[in-house]
Amino acid sequence: MSTVTSLTLHPGLEELKGIAEVAIRLDEVTKRFDGTDSDAVSALSLEIPRGSIVTLIGPSGCGKTTTLRMINRLIEPTSGRVEINGLDAIDQPVTALRRSIGYVIQQVGLFPHRTVSQNIATVPRTLGWDKQRTAGRVAELAELVGLEPSMLDRFPDELSGGQQQRVGVARALAADPPVLLMDEPFGAVDPIVRTRLQDELLALQEQVDKTIVFVTHDIDEALKLADRIALLNVGGILEQYSTPDDLLRAPANEFVEQFIGEDRGMKRLTLKTVADLPFEQGPVVDIGASPIEAVAVADAEGGDWVGLVREGSFAGWARSEDLRQGAAVADVPRSQPAAQVTPESTLRTAMELIMTSHTSVAVIDDGGRFGGVVTLDTIRASLVAEVDR
Amino acid sequence: MSVVAQAANPIIRWEWIVDEWDQIQEALIQHLELTILSVSLGALVAALLSAVALRFRPMATPITGFTGFLYTIPSVALFGLLVPYFGLTRTTAVLPLAAYTLLILVTNTLAGFDAVPASVRDAADGMGLTPTQRVIKVELPLALPYIIAGLRIAVVSTVGLVTVASIIGQGGLGRLILDGLRRTFWTPMTIGATLSIVLALVLDGVIYLIGRAATPWAQRARTT
Repeated sequence: MSTVTSLTLHPGLEELKGIAEVAIRLDEVTKRFDGTDSDAVSALSLEIPRGSIVTLIGPSGCGKTTTLRMINRLIEPTSGRVEINGLDAIDQPVTALRRSIGYVIQQVGLFPHRTVSQNIATVPRTLGWDKQRTAGRVAELAELVGLEPSMLDRFPDELSGGQQQRVGVARALAADPPVLLMDEPFGAVDPIVRTRLQDELLALQEQVDKTIVFVTHDIDEALKLADRIALLNVGGILEQYSTPDDLLRAPANEFVEQFIGEDRGMKRLTLKTVADLPFEQGPVVDIGASPIEAVAVADAEGGDWVGLVREGSFAGWARSEDLRQGAAVADVPRSQPAAQVTPESTLRTAMELIMTSHTSVAVIDDGGRFGGVVTLDTIRASLVAEVDR
Repeated sequence: MSVVAQAANPIIRWEWIVDEWDQIQEALIQHLELTILSVSLGALVAALLSAVALRFRPMATPITGFTGFLYTIPSVALFGLLVPYFGLTRTTAVLPLAAYTLLILVTNTLAGFDAVPASVRDAADGMGLTPTQRVIKVELPLALPYIIAGLRIAVVSTVGLVTVASIIGQGGLGRLILDGLRRTFWTPMTIGATLSIVLALVLDGVIYLIGRAATPWAQRARTT
């Protein structure tokens, strides 16, 4: 998105682009509940880009859920404007507005007296879709969220917590709404299932490309899922609104710093993958090279070993000592790499592997092909370079 | 002497049943009619009162209080109270019987709606169901097991109370019991009481089965 902003557009077009890019705009939105003497949300302004996942996070009492519920008008703002796709939410009939917004909550809220497929079909039926279209959509969604077809005729109470939440997501997506609101959807499932549901949501988002507003109190969940994080303080005050990496790299103030915790550097490592690093070939030669060439490469890197590559795949490490004996490189005793990562591995995983292996380098295995090496120095350099930026 | 007396007045004299079969049948049908009329009227009024209590929450306490008050009035007194207005008619019998069902029906209906999980209500609203759709399609079905349970208690207790209605001449199995009492003749009493119990159990069973069929989701527990 940031690449587009550098283009100079006609003023009118600039305005159009603004509407197209922002899916949800909160403008000075304030909520004060009856009988309270302070704001639950205070003059909050927020622009949520189309097709992105924005997490609302903060301590209890920060108004994150209240903010979410003002988007589909389950709570009406005391003042301010909520705009969805350029339209003021208050101008639309509330039921029509809500049918165009997916809604997922922690307790799932499935209808216990309806089967799984009837639950998923709730909004399509309300919108008057015919049976065939609805049934087709239900089957499609079941596959999308990973529900066995045999589960469609069960009742919600017959499913596990994780399965119920999948049904909740399918139900929210049923009428293909452009916007999805999720209120701590994975808060009630165990950590293993939660991690899986998070991964599934990210994979799902690749396919459906929704604008997702996601409330959580778990900073790791926010960092993992979000394109942008809105960190709120008690009373609905926006402390920082930025990408996960910027939040960790440059906390706006002490509150943000404290909320994120002390291991900011380590958390940043989980956000980046090996593919984000500059390519580094490392001390590597083709297995057909002469022993003298191989030793030269090792010496140039200041090490006493060299990596061997055969037909694009990593073939192991050879020690300079052995290479100096003069035998063909292919015949020198080799040790296989102890640390191996893929381009998708997080830098945190890479670092752990390097630190617990006896080599100080991890080899990148890109689907069977040699993709370079990762060292602690390259990892550190990538973090430091951005701090200096 | 006592042996002779017992022989003369046994618990059941089978030939009486055969002789009076028509009368027994008539009493049973009257009893069934009075029960169904009373519970139906009670259910109708209870539905209206519950709707008002659910729509205007502050009304819930006065409404249940009023139905509770009705329930405390002794039945014989209530029949007597209505005789000057409606005479010895079916109306005089049905009105009090219906009134006695209100407490249990209204209380259970309200409990049923209160038992709908807040998350379910929230999800229904969040998906854009109108308040009417939410009540009809979500809350009412979920309150149904409670309403059914209320109906079962109301029917069983009404079958028992209908026997009292015989004192204002509305027939039913109570008439057989009264008849037996007056004549110290056990057979009609035994028949009347037994049939009343059987009728109560049968009606209870019928409503239970209807309720089961109407709430298949409540029968299946989680298997995982």
